[in-house]
Amino acid sequence: MSARQRYTFTLNRKIMKSLTRVLVFISATLMLSAYFLPLWHILLDAPQYPEGLEMKIWLKGLSGNIDQINGLNHYIGMKFIRNADFKEFKFLPYVFGILVSIGFMAAIAKSRKLLWIWFISLCLFAVIGFSDFYVWEYKYGHNLNPHAAIKVEGMNYQPPLFGYKQLLNFTAGSLPDAGGILVGLGGVLAAAAIFYKPKSSPNLSK
Amino acid sequence: MKLSPYDYFKLALVMLVVTFAWSCKPGKAGSSVDADAAKKVYVAPGKYDEIYAFLSGGFSGQIAVYGIPSGRLLKVIPVFSQNPENGWGYSEETKPMLNTSHGFVPWDDAHHPELSKTNGEDDGRWIFINGNNTPRIARINLTTFKTVEIIELPNIGGNHASPFCTENTEYVVGNTRFSQPLDNAKNDVPIDSYKQNFKGAVSFVKVDKDNGSMKLAFQLIVPPFNYDLAHAGKGPSHDWMFFTCYNTEEAHTLLEVNASQRDKDFVMAVNWKKAEELIQQGKGTKTPVKYAHNVYDENTHTATSTMETETQTLDVTKFPGLVYYMPCPKSPHGVDVTPDGENIVASGKLAAVIPVFSFQKMLTAIDKKDYDGMIDGNLPVLKYESVLKGEVKKPGLGPLHTEFDDKGFAYSTMFVSSEVVKWRIDNLQIVDRIPSYYSPGHLSIVGGDSKKPYGKYLLSLNKITKDRYLPTGPELAQACQLIDITGDKMKLLLDFPTIGEPHYAQMILADKINKNQVKFYKLEDNKNAYVTKSEKDTKVVRNGSRVDVYMTAIRSHLAPDNIEGIKVGDDVYIHVTNLEQDWDVPHGFAIKGANNAELLIMPGETCTLKWNPYQQGIVPFYCTDFCSALHQEMQGYFRVSPAGSNTPLKFSIGENPVTQ
Repeated sequence: MSARQRYTFTLNRKIMKSLTRVLVFISATLMLSAYFLPLWHILLDAPQYPEGLEMKIWLKGLSGNIDQINGLNHYIGMKFIRNADFKEFKFLPYVFGILVSIGFMAAIAKSRKLLWIWFISLCLFAVIGFSDFYVWEYKYGHNLNPHAAIKVEGMNYQPPLFGYKQLLNFTAGSLPDAGGILVGLGGVLAAAAIFYKPKSSPNLSK
Repeated sequence: MKLSPYDYFKLALVMLVVTFAWSCKPGKAGSSVDADAAKKVYVAPGKYDEIYAFLSGGFSGQIAVYGIPSGRLLKVIPVFSQNPENGWGYSEETKPMLNTSHGFVPWDDAHHPELSKTNGEDDGRWIFINGNNTPRIARINLTTFKTVEIIELPNIGGNHASPFCTENTEYVVGNTRFSQPLDNAKNDVPIDSYKQNFKGAVSFVKVDKDNGSMKLAFQLIVPPFNYDLAHAGKGPSHDWMFFTCYNTEEAHTLLEVNASQRDKDFVMAVNWKKAEELIQQGKGTKTPVKYAHNVYDENTHTATSTMETETQTLDVTKFPGLVYYMPCPKSPHGVDVTPDGENIVASGKLAAVIPVFSFQKMLTAIDKKDYDGMIDGNLPVLKYESVLKGEVKKPGLGPLHTEFDDKGFAYSTMFVSSEVVKWRIDNLQIVDRIPSYYSPGHLSIVGGDSKKPYGKYLLSLNKITKDRYLPTGPELAQACQLIDITGDKMKLLLDFPTIGEPHYAQMILADKINKNQVKFYKLEDNKNAYVTKSEKDTKVVRNGSRVDVYMTAIRSHLAPDNIEGIKVGDDVYIHVTNLEQDWDVPHGFAIKGANNAELLIMPGETCTLKWNPYQQGIVPFYCTDFCSALHQEMQGYFRVSPAGSNTPLKFSIGENPVTQ
């Protein structure tokens, strides 16, 4: 390795490193949006509801047409959806806060080790989060009161985890909302920060 | 060639047939229907109309709301008449709305809808309408399409020239069609003492610019003519209100003949600004009268009726400069002010011309005291020639009413010759005419009485339909025709039947109203004295022979639905709160044998039905509005026991395992 080549290599490492930091910083900042924007939403469309019904899932709780949805769900005997029933909303803001701070710390400390810890935690968070979401959907969709006016075929009225599904007269959609999209984008950037290695520029190596 | 007598006969026969064919009646006009009419009035399923049209129901006492151009009926707003369909005037909350100084009057004759105006333009906040028979003015809130206020007018008989509003809805007016002795005057008098004892009273009702609430501000005591219609000035003529007067003969019998003798009656110009100043200076005479003022509060969902006891009057003969009379041929009906506020068009229904008065000329004539005599000694009649801009010649027979478009044209209805005539405001030349089916009274153009007409559509509001629709026995619907006024020629687009009499209408761009619509009432804001906000708060309370049932309705049950301990002779008040908080989920409520109507309760609203059970037995009640798939299950029972029995008061609803 000539001196010139060595010089170029060092320069490339420096550039790559600050690019990583910027990516991590942007990624963690995007994730902060989870505190201001809903992560996920469940959309319900039916002939009688051309304007649609919507339930928004935030880091701290649920919002949207929950009363209307409960009012309709009572016909099939689904348990009423109440914010207080979800313990997750009590600690989620803190867990996620810790997660985001690890990202910022990695960027500040320029630590690749912290970056890896952050990335793996994010992946775990996503897997556990979606599993939990699925379990709740399963519980609500299957614990239908047998005395309800309408007996759903197979006593199964589970909404989709992702995408659309027809449930009696409703088309139910389960999709990321604004916050979820930004957090997801943050995740993609975090992955990019770890795995993307820019090729050394031919101009610089001359 | 020699012709035989038989040939002559054949020839004569042929000539007879030819002559007969030639002399056929002229064909009826069918060509006025626009070739593209179907396309122009077609509003695809699920799409909205461009325009709201508010048609008075005439003798139905209500307002009907139609979508234009489709002509689809959207809603009937109950105003002066009881409406069993939704309990208006039957429920305890709404009964006070129909209270008057004569007691409960559950009907009226509603003639002229008037949209509230800001800077002379329709603002879409409220619509007013007059009750002609028992003189009243109602105000409807256009965010809820609900009648929220009705004020009675004392001292007048037949509130016809009403409720036309000033440029910023400072006032709406009322005026007497049937002059009569004033309420507090000696009134047990011979009818033929008309000229001595009868009076008119021009009423100005102040409208609060923020919340719309009405207050009778003052009444001008005027000669006993019949006052037909009115319109306020705008722009330069802002301070003035114009009324048409007929029966200036002051006849009191066979008016058909006796009120049609003079060649000219009058347009009465009232300087309301000056009257307002005089009242502020304390020049008004406070006189005791009795009139009801009914207000519906949309938070309590409850109306209250207050009996007012005083009015302020100004005798116009004592205050020079308040009124001037412009001679107007003959028995005028409509009086309409051009969008620029410069010209006043009067339509004399027995006149051969349409006179157009100039506001500037009127001011000049007043300045120069260009008088043609006095009424009652000191009320100046201005010289016809001095105030006239010109006359529309040979407009047709029976001109009644005029409105304006955005391009400098005026449109007048001809009642007798059954047509709408289009003419230019600048040179008063007639440019087009189109038949009406049949006998139009008023017409309506979108924004046509405002400072900024939108034009585009004209509705001709007709009294007679005869052969226009499938017959329905002797009693036929009245109707209106929708006419396209965008081109040089008027084109008939559509005609459709209406409720009652479409006496007059106002049309407004849908956007001005649509965006402010209330979808349901918030339960948390419900301040009704008998509201029940949750099923667990439902109860039945007895107090002597009065029983109050606090009931809730939600898909698909009424709670409580088993009620015992009601006794024959009780006064039972069932207060039903609709707990739904969603758009378009009303619930109904009806009781077998109740001498009353049903209730129709909007989401978040509380309504009360009074019921007097008169015999023992089990009495079912149920929801009448098909609210849900289990609507037929939405029912319950009262047990009515004999008077004096000791059946305990009990109320319950089965446990619902689903909602626990």
